[in-house]
Amino acid sequence: MADTSTPRIELLGVSKSFPGVRALENVELRLNAGEVHALLGENGAGKSTLIKIMTGAVPRDAGEIRLDGRPVQIGTTADARALGISTVYQEVNLIPTMTVTKNLTLERQPRRFGLISWRRARALARQRLKRLNLEIDTEKPLGSYSVAIQQLVAIARALEDDTRVLVLDEPTASLDATETELLFQIVRDLKASGIAIVFITHFLDQVYQIADRISVLRNGRLVGTGPTAELPRLKLISLMLGRELGTVEAHLASHASLASGEPVLAAKGLGRRRTMAPFDLSLRAGEVVGLAGLLGSGRTETAKLLFGAIRPDSGELVLDGKPVPHNSPRQSLRSGVAFCPEDRKAEGLLGELSVRENIMLALQTKRGWLRRLGRDEQKRLAQEMIKALAIATPDAEKPVGQLSGGNQQKVVLARSLASQPKVLILDEPTRGIDVGAHADVVRLIRRLCSEGLALLVASSELDELVAVSDRVAVLRDRRKVGEMAGADITRENIIRTIAGR
Amino acid sequence: MTERYLPLMATVTVFLALFVTGGVLYEHFFSTLVLGHILADNAFIIIAAIGTTFVILSGGIDLSIGSMIGFVGVVMARLDTLGWHPLASAAVLLAFGLLFGAAQGYIIDFCDIQPFIITLAGLFMLRGACFMVTLDSIPIRHPFVDAFADTSIPLPGDGFLASSAIVMLVVLAGAIAIAHFTRFGTNVYAIGGDRASAVLMGVPMRRTTVMIYALGGFYSALGGVIYALYTSSGYPLAGTGNELNAIAAVVLGGTLLTGGVGMVAGTLFGGMILGLIATLIIFHGSLNGAWIMIASGVLLFLFIVVQRSLVGSFNLRRSS
Ligand SMILES: Nc1ncnc2c1ncn2[C@@H]1O[C@H](COP(=O)(O)OP(=O)(O)OP(=O)(O)O)[C@@H](O)[C@H]1O
Ligand SMILES: [Mg+2]
Repeated sequence: MADTSTPRIELLGVSKSFPGVRALENVELRLNAGEVHALLGENGAGKSTLIKIMTGAVPRDAGEIRLDGRPVQIGTTADARALGISTVYQEVNLIPTMTVTKNLTLERQPRRFGLISWRRARALARQRLKRLNLEIDTEKPLGSYSVAIQQLVAIARALEDDTRVLVLDEPTASLDATETELLFQIVRDLKASGIAIVFITHFLDQVYQIADRISVLRNGRLVGTGPTAELPRLKLISLMLGRELGTVEAHLASHASLASGEPVLAAKGLGRRRTMAPFDLSLRAGEVVGLAGLLGSGRTETAKLLFGAIRPDSGELVLDGKPVPHNSPRQSLRSGVAFCPEDRKAEGLLGELSVRENIMLALQTKRGWLRRLGRDEQKRLAQEMIKALAIATPDAEKPVGQLSGGNQQKVVLARSLASQPKVLILDEPTRGIDVGAHADVVRLIRRLCSEGLALLVASSELDELVAVSDRVAVLRDRRKVGEMAGADITRENIIRTIAGR
Repeated sequence: MTERYLPLMATVTVFLALFVTGGVLYEHFFSTLVLGHILADNAFIIIAAIGTTFVILSGGIDLSIGSMIGFVGVVMARLDTLGWHPLASAAVLLAFGLLFGAAQGYIIDFCDIQPFIITLAGLFMLRGACFMVTLDSIPIRHPFVDAFADTSIPLPGDGFLASSAIVMLVVLAGAIAIAHFTRFGTNVYAIGGDRASAVLMGVPMRRTTVMIYALGGFYSALGGVIYALYTSSGYPLAGTGNELNAIAAVVLGGTLLTGGVGMVAGTLFGGMILGLIATLIIFHGSLNGAWIMIASGVLLFLFIVVQRSLVGSFNLRRSS
């Protein structure tokens, strides 16, 4: 259905350098009206930078942008907005301290005599949410809603009546299957109305579900573009990685359980009112336990209860056979329990600190601040982690905030691993991580296990859980509803338990 | 909905509690007379603090307030000796305050320097300028000053609302309208809530930052005008340290120092709480001025602790 004569928007010869990094080099991108265009590439390939240039959030060093054949100047986000280019960024959510209404109407509130009419602003907000079939209280602060709802609100904000180009940078990273399907339904409607849509994701399944065409970036260069039908999965992956895939799949193959001995960490009737119903759960050394469940089923809460980030009001936690009376994150870290949070921006990383400093944080907390690690030792450890996880950064001293989204996620992981924990709790460890790195992370998880680490992995990706887990606990509505082990762990089984049948 | 008003409610509750305590302890305390005095005495600081509220809501800080109050006073007094009408010099000085603040805001945004440093420089420059104008206290003798002092609105009971308090309430109403019913006001909250997001959501950073500090400069200049009229003089050391009182009033008023959360109306009560403490201690008689500061300090500390826990519970709700 696409009219290919003049693309809706064209980026020609775009280049961009950051200090020490050539983020984009002579990149071309063409989007037709009424198509969904997937922009793919490894972590740090330059995807987010490219769309930030298109939307005026980052100035370009060289290149031209044409909208419907005419060259346009896009200097600020407001320019892009005025031209009908709407964006949902990867990193930004909205303003958590403000209400949903205020977030949805910021800078475009309806006014009378110069003053904002909040009554009409509320109506406008509700109308925007209605397009996404979202019914929430618009007067509550955005921060009181889940990440998924916040994401949908961000999309609702981006969509305008005059939107000609819609950019979605990893919009589905925090959505569960139903929410993703809802989003895709909306994307299809928008596409039918002639909007050009850029879709960045690391979920290849979703690419084949929704994209009409694909462009692939590698190390800041465009390495391929074409209709989805002409880019089968393997070809696509080797384009992205610049090498044959072969090995990647092998790592995801099944494995034997390495679990042994008494539980390292065990929860007995642990729970907190209105947060998570009391549950039993144990982790043994060398074992990976998966936590499955829909968004909002209590995965994160379970992880935080075990780590001590949420204080329980019932039950007890047993570590190495000894009850832990008052658990706190600090105490957990000291006794060898580490936690990788899901929302790296809000809880995980200190963006201004360097990669090395971030990696050292947990380790230093564990050792106590008086026993400082030497600088050379720090460097060596950081370098080791950067290599092990293939973190794309020019050196260990780069501020974490300047890394690409997926590489930030890897730093969070590196930080927990550096403290050499006995128990590691991972909440959505592979969100925003590309296929190559995904395999690296899974491989690393397996290796750690064989060295006697106990792992708890909370994830919304069932395939990932099936691939890594020795046991899976299934949650529904903030309650543990089942547990399965060994050969019983299949996608179908988990789904059946989640559905309660 | 109610969550938003929680800090404001806390401030109002503390204010009422202090006021009632005074009423129980001392005869004649619980009256509109005392209330009117507190309003009049603290009008200038509350006015300046209203401007600071915007600055703090945006996640910034303004340290030049006290010097601005002093500078405005001495220039008004000097111009008075040259035969200027106080209203004329006030108009000029308000424009000056606005421009001075705007310049501070521009430098903060353009050079991307912490507001703390820039406004600290402003503090020194303006205080230095005070001493350039005069080293002594200069009286303002224009008849308008007496007329201003004599104007008041009677309150029920035996109290009255002095002209300085009237000006304060009028500009407070204006500030509330700006904060809650203009795009600029909402943008201030957005910048304080999450700066990076605000940029990507299309908030014009330069313009908003300039306006925030311009507003801060304007309100502190107005505070200076009111102070000069109220004391009918200009003194080069006047207003020293008042930036800290203003910040204290804002924080007691329930605004978070980290920005993004708070209300302009709270600042009125925050300022009045500070005034009430001073009045209570003066009523007590045997306690000296040192206790005013100690009590204010303790209260400020308690308030920050309470705010922390409020914010903490908010975050918890967010994660669950
Ligand atoms: N503000 C910045 N300052 C310095 N370097 C930056 C900045 N933003 C991005 N970069 C660098 O530019 C490169 C491309 O980053 P970009 O965010 O575009 O990657 P991406 O393709 O979106 O990756 P991901 O899939 O992980 O989100 C990275 O090497 C990153 O470190
Ligand atoms: Mg990205």
